[in-house]
Amino acid sequence: MDLLKLTCKELRDKIAVGSIKSTDATEAIFSQIEKHEPQIAAFISTFKDDALAKAKSIDEKIAADEKSGLLAGVPICVKDNMCTTFGPTSCASKMLENFHSPYNATVVEKLLAADAVIIGKANLDEFAMGSSTENSGLQQTFNPWDTRCVPGGSSGGSAAAMATKMCFAALGSDTGGSIRQPASFCGVVGLKPTYGRVSRFGLVAYGSSLDQIGPITSDVADAALMMNVIAGKDENDSTSIDEKTVPVSDYLAGIENDIDKLKIGIVPEFIAAADPDVRNKIEEAIDCYRNAGSEIIEIKMPYFDYSIAAYYLLATAEASSNLARYDGVHYGHRTDSPADYVEVYSKSRNEAFGAEVKRRIMLGTYALSSGYYDAYYLKALKVRNLIRGDFTKAFEKCDCIMMPVSPTTAFKIGEKTADPLQMYMADIYTIAVNLAGVPAVSLPCGFDANKLPIGLQIIAPAFEEAKLLRIARMFEKRNDYHLEQPNLTTNKHE
Amino acid sequence: MTNLDYKIIVGLEIHVQLATKTKMFCGCALSFGEDANSRVCPVCIGMPGALPVMNKQAVEFSLLAGLALNCEIPSFTKWDRKSYYYPDLPKNYQISQYDLPLNGTGFIEIPLEDGTSKRIRITRAHLEEDAGKNIHAGDAFSRVDLNRAGTPLLEIVTEPDLSSGTEVRALAIELQRIVRYLGISEADMQKGHMRFEPNINLAITKDGTEYRTPITEVKNLNSFRALQRSVEYEARRQLDEFIDTGKTMVMGNKSTYGWDDNRNVTVLQREKEEAHDYRYFPDPDLVPVEVDEKWLSKIKSRLCELPLQKQKRFVEQFGLSDYDAGVLTADKATAEFFDETVKAGAEAKRVCNLLTQIGLKLANEKNCSVAELGILPKALAKLCVMASEGQISASAAQTILVEMSGGENEPEKIAEEKNLLQKNDTGELEKIVDEVLANNPDAIAEVKAGGKKSKKASGFLMGQIIKATKGSANPQMAAKILSQKLGQ
Repeated sequence: MDLLKLTCKELRDKIAVGSIKSTDATEAIFSQIEKHEPQIAAFISTFKDDALAKAKSIDEKIAADEKSGLLAGVPICVKDNMCTTFGPTSCASKMLENFHSPYNATVVEKLLAADAVIIGKANLDEFAMGSSTENSGLQQTFNPWDTRCVPGGSSGGSAAAMATKMCFAALGSDTGGSIRQPASFCGVVGLKPTYGRVSRFGLVAYGSSLDQIGPITSDVADAALMMNVIAGKDENDSTSIDEKTVPVSDYLAGIENDIDKLKIGIVPEFIAAADPDVRNKIEEAIDCYRNAGSEIIEIKMPYFDYSIAAYYLLATAEASSNLARYDGVHYGHRTDSPADYVEVYSKSRNEAFGAEVKRRIMLGTYALSSGYYDAYYLKALKVRNLIRGDFTKAFEKCDCIMMPVSPTTAFKIGEKTADPLQMYMADIYTIAVNLAGVPAVSLPCGFDANKLPIGLQIIAPAFEEAKLLRIARMFEKRNDYHLEQPNLTTNKHE
Repeated sequence: MTNLDYKIIVGLEIHVQLATKTKMFCGCALSFGEDANSRVCPVCIGMPGALPVMNKQAVEFSLLAGLALNCEIPSFTKWDRKSYYYPDLPKNYQISQYDLPLNGTGFIEIPLEDGTSKRIRITRAHLEEDAGKNIHAGDAFSRVDLNRAGTPLLEIVTEPDLSSGTEVRALAIELQRIVRYLGISEADMQKGHMRFEPNINLAITKDGTEYRTPITEVKNLNSFRALQRSVEYEARRQLDEFIDTGKTMVMGNKSTYGWDDNRNVTVLQREKEEAHDYRYFPDPDLVPVEVDEKWLSKIKSRLCELPLQKQKRFVEQFGLSDYDAGVLTADKATAEFFDETVKAGAEAKRVCNLLTQIGLKLANEKNCSVAELGILPKALAKLCVMASEGQISASAAQTILVEMSGGENEPEKIAEEKNLLQKNDTGELEKIVDEVLANNPDAIAEVKAGGKKSKKASGFLMGQIIKATKGSANPQMAAKILSQKLGQ
C-alpha cells in the first residue's frame, strides 16, 4: 500500500487502530521531502528528529490503548507565520529569520493536543504579503505542476507541500486569498473560515481584521477534519467568536450528504471575465451542480469591483501598524553600529524588509496620515460595509455563491513582479470574501491546456462552514480532479 | 508705567495608574521595583502574533472614576492605536482611546483655602496602556525595562479652568483623595502613580487690551510641590517674557518644558510642538466596549460618599472647622473611623479633638492610619462619653487614648488603673467640703461679705477642696456643693 495515497483522515483512522504506525507515515513524508524538496522548496524549516520522536510517542500511546487525538500521528505542516516554540518563526522575512517564539500559536497548541506530528514550517510571501510566494525574503517555492510557475501565495509553501504530498495536511492563513489562491494554483483544497472562527493568537499579524487561519488539504473531508481540530473560541483572541453565540459544528458529520434544493448564486460577468480555460471549467462545475439538482440563480454584486481598492487601504493601514514593532530594538534583525536610536529603526527596517513589505507599509502609513484618513481609510471602511451588504443581499436569494478563485492559472515566476498592480488585480475574486468576513473554499475543478490546476471558489454565509464543505463535497463525489497528482519526475527546472 | 493686569490659565492632564490585579491587556501582575523585564509576557512586550485581551477591572475602575467626576458616560466606546516610535514602546503603538473615550465631559469640585469650593470642568477621561522605561546607565547603549509596559493608566484631561498654582495643587490633592476613596489607585506619588502635565498661559490686560501668552506644557511632574511651583514659575516667566518681547499665543503652537526640581525652574525641551501625527485608528485586535445600564448601575453601587462631600458634611452636621474636617477626610479610613465613633454616641467635636491632637500623631508615629491603631470606634466613643460626663478630665482622656492605641479597648479599666477617675460621689465630697469650711471660717466670712475679696476667697476654698481630694474631685460638682453650703 502506498501510504502517501491516503488522506489525512484515512491515515489517522489507520494509525488510531494500529494498522499503520505514525513512525512509518512520518518516515514516508520525510523521504518524500528528501526526494522533492530540492525541486519545490516549500519548507523554511523541517523537524525530522522531533517529528519522528513525536510519532514514536503516539505509536506507543496507541499501543498502550490510550486515547489518541483527532490527528493522531498525522504529519502536518504549518505556514511559517504561526508561532512555534520549536524552530524559527520567520514569516519568510530577513527581519525574523532567526526569531524563535517563546510561545505556540493557539492553532499549533490545538494541533499538538490532537496528537498531530508537525513536520515543518512552510514558505510564504514575506509577512503573508503577496500572491505568488515570490515575495519570500528567504527562498522561492515552485509550483509542483510546473516548476517554472509560482505556487500562488501567500501560503504557497503550504499548498506546494500538500500538492507534493510532503505532508498530509497543512495550515495556511488567508488575508485576501492567501489560502484559496495557492490551493487553486496547486490543485488542492483550501478553506478560509469565517473571520473569528479560528483563533488568530500566535498568527503573526498582517491585516488583523482580515487574517484568518485555515486548512489546506487533499480533499474536502480532510478540511472538515482539520476544522474540527482548530475551530473555536480562544480567550486569548478577543475577535474569536463565542461558541455560545455561534456553536462550532462537527464539520465531518453529514459531509457525504448532498444538499437538497441547493440554490447557487452566480454573477455571470465575473465568470465571463476569467481566462477561457478557467471560465470553461467553472461553467462545467456549475453544470455538474445543476445536474445534481441544484438551482442556479443569477445575482448582482455591484460593489465587488471596489474590493481591491478598499482592501489595499485597509490591509496596508493595519499592516503599517502591525509591522511597526519590527524595529531592531527588541528582537529580530538589528543593523550594525547605528549612529543613534533613530538609525536602529530606519536602518534595521530598511535592511530587513523586502520591497513589497516596504511598499505596503508606506501605502498604509499614508492612508492613516492626518488629512488623508477620511479620504482613504474611512472611505475604505464604508466600501467594506457596502461589500458586506452585497453578500448579505446575495445570501437572501441563494445558499452559496460560486466563481473562480483566480482569473488565471498559475503564472510564470517573474511574470508579474514588475507590475505590482497587475499582481494585486489577480486577487479580484478572493479579496471581497475577506472584507465581508465570510467563509469560502477553493476546490480543484479541472486543468487548463497546460495541465495547470483550476480552482472553483464556493462562498457561504458567515459560520456556515459545515454546509459549505457539504456543498464542496457534492462536486468532489462526482469528479476526481482532486485525486490527480503532479508528475514530479518529468517536471524539472529549466 | 503702563497699566498691566494678568490672569493665569491652566489646564491639566493627569495620568493615574489604576490598582488593578493585572495589566491592561494581559495577565501579568503590575510591577514596582522588581528585576527589569521580570513581569512581562508575549502580549505586553509585543511579541509577533500576540493579541491583547481587555482587562474588565480596569474599565470598571475607570467608569467608577468617571462617575465620581460627574462625567457623561457613553454607551459605546472603543480602542485605538496611537502610533509613535520609541524604544520603551514595544509595539511602537500604544493602545489608547481617541475619539470615543470611556468618560466624556464632567467636573470636579476642588476645595479652596477660604473654605469655598470651585468647579473645574473635565474634558474627558480615557483608559490606555503605559509604556516601559528606558534606562540610561551611561553605557554606549541604553536598556529598556518593560515591566511597566501595559500598566493601565487613566488619563484625565481638564478644561483650562484653573487660575493659580494653589488651585492646581488643590485639584491634584483632591483627585488623589477621590481615587483613593474609590479604591481604584494607590495614588502613591513616590511610585509615579500620578503624573501631571499642566498647560499654562496668561491672559494679560494691558491698556485695556487683552493678550494671551504662548501656551507651554510642563511634562511629567510627579509631586504636588513640583506641580504648584512649576505653574507659578511658568506664570512669572511668561509675564517677564511678555514684558520683554510682547510675544503672544499662536494657535496650535505649544512649547514643551521640563521641571528642574533642584533649581526650581522650568527647562525648555521643545520650542515648537512638532506636528505629531499619531495616525490613530481603531485597534482591530480588540472589540468595542458597550456600557449598558445594567453594568453601569452595578458600578454605580460601588460609589461612596466622596471626600469633599464628607468634609462639607462634617462642617455642617458636626460644626467642625473646615480645617479639621479636611484633616479628618484626608483619607477614607480616618473619615469613616470618625463617623463611626460619632455614630456610637460620642460628641463630634471631642472625637475630632482627640483624633487631630493625639490620634493622628500616634498614627503618624506608627506609620498607619488612625483606623489601624487597634482602637475600636465603640471604645473611643466610650472614652469620649466618659470625658463629656465628667468622669475623667480632658487631659486624662488624652492619656487614656494613648494607652488604648496599645490595643486595650476598655477605657474605664485604664482610667481606674491609672487612677484617673474624677470623684463624683456627692456624699463623700460633701464631707470634705464640710471639713474645709470648718477649718477656714475667715474665708467663709470674706465670701459672705461680698465685694472684691469674695471671689478670691471662694477660689481659695475650691483649691482646698481639690487639694483634699488629691485632684480627683469633679470640679463642677465640688463648686456646686460649695455654693450650696455657703447659701449662694
